[in-house]
Amino acid sequence: MRASEPIPPFQDLLDRHHTAVYRFCRAAVGPSEADDVFQETFLAALRAYPRLRDGQHLDRWLLRIASRKAIDHHRARGRRPIPSDGLPDRAVRQPESPDDALWSAIAALPPRQRVAVVHRHVLDRPYREIAELMDATEETVRANVYQGIKKLRELIA
Amino acid sequence: MNTTDLKRMAAGDDAHARTLAATLGQEAASRGLLDVAVAELDSPIGRLLVAVTPRGLARVAFEEEDRDRVLAQIAKEISPRILESAAATDEARRELEEFFQAERTRFAVKVDRRLIRGIARDVLRATSAIPYGRMSTYGAVARQIGRPTAARAVGRALGSNPIPIVIPCHRVIGASGALTGYAGGLERKIALLELEGSLPGL
Repeated sequence: MRASEPIPPFQDLLDRHHTAVYRFCRAAVGPSEADDVFQETFLAALRAYPRLRDGQHLDRWLLRIASRKAIDHHRARGRRPIPSDGLPDRAVRQPESPDDALWSAIAALPPRQRVAVVHRHVLDRPYREIAELMDATEETVRANVYQGIKKLRELIA
Repeated sequence: MNTTDLKRMAAGDDAHARTLAATLGQEAASRGLLDVAVAELDSPIGRLLVAVTPRGLARVAFEEEDRDRVLAQIAKEISPRILESAAATDEARRELEEFFQAERTRFAVKVDRRLIRGIARDVLRATSAIPYGRMSTYGAVARQIGRPTAARAVGRALGSNPIPIVIPCHRVIGASGALTGYAGGLERKIALLELEGSLPGL
């Protein structure tokens, strides 16, 4: 077992991991909410930082916090409407790009499915690690991802 | 729907992530979550790093000092809750800028002495009292702290000054008038003393 590592300056953590955390937030809650969740994540990390005893695996520690924040944020805001043809504002908006449709579909997933799908298929994390990040068993996470992808395929036929 | 669509979509906008990251120091400071704010400033003697805590200015580092080592030491001895923040370091940076424009002869910014240990506490306290434009000697400082034979220890303590310029260790020179050494390099010592008008002969 490795000895514990000293706690690095928080700025190092921010410099090293802000891109990964932002990508996760953007994919997990969408571009318009990503800034809030990003900031909530780092402020929560800063709040907990003095109690941290080991400087190892801080990327995972941050993503655990981000996962929790993404799930809570989503719950707090309630589920977004699932896009359907014939929305009244459809005519005045730019023609919807395939990405817009994909965003809307991801937004329509239940929070845990959404976060699990993002970790697995956007950020390519192994199931073992996702389970750790989401405080769940590997089976649960596999089921979340399976159901999430299934639903996305239904939504974006 | 293909999972590569998901991947392509999440990539990009790393520049926005950087912008967001840069605002964190300010957000943290306004919530009382920041223990040490750091920032850099340009000066006639090179780029300086300043570290400010709620107690005051704790560190001024010259550009050759390894930034990672400077921050690691602060993390260990004060707190690892360190972030860059222009606003939280504003007073210290402004006073240093004024000093370099010869518009300031004494610093009002409070200092945080937590990085000063042992005999250096007494030495640097005595050094703080040397006025702008004046000089003292290692021996005189040693006598002042009640350790008249400790001139060498005084030299070492001055060399360890974590807050150079503001704690004016550049104002201490050899008894013969030789400028001797400076942790930031002799050229900087000369530049600082010239700025203060202490070296009319040069």
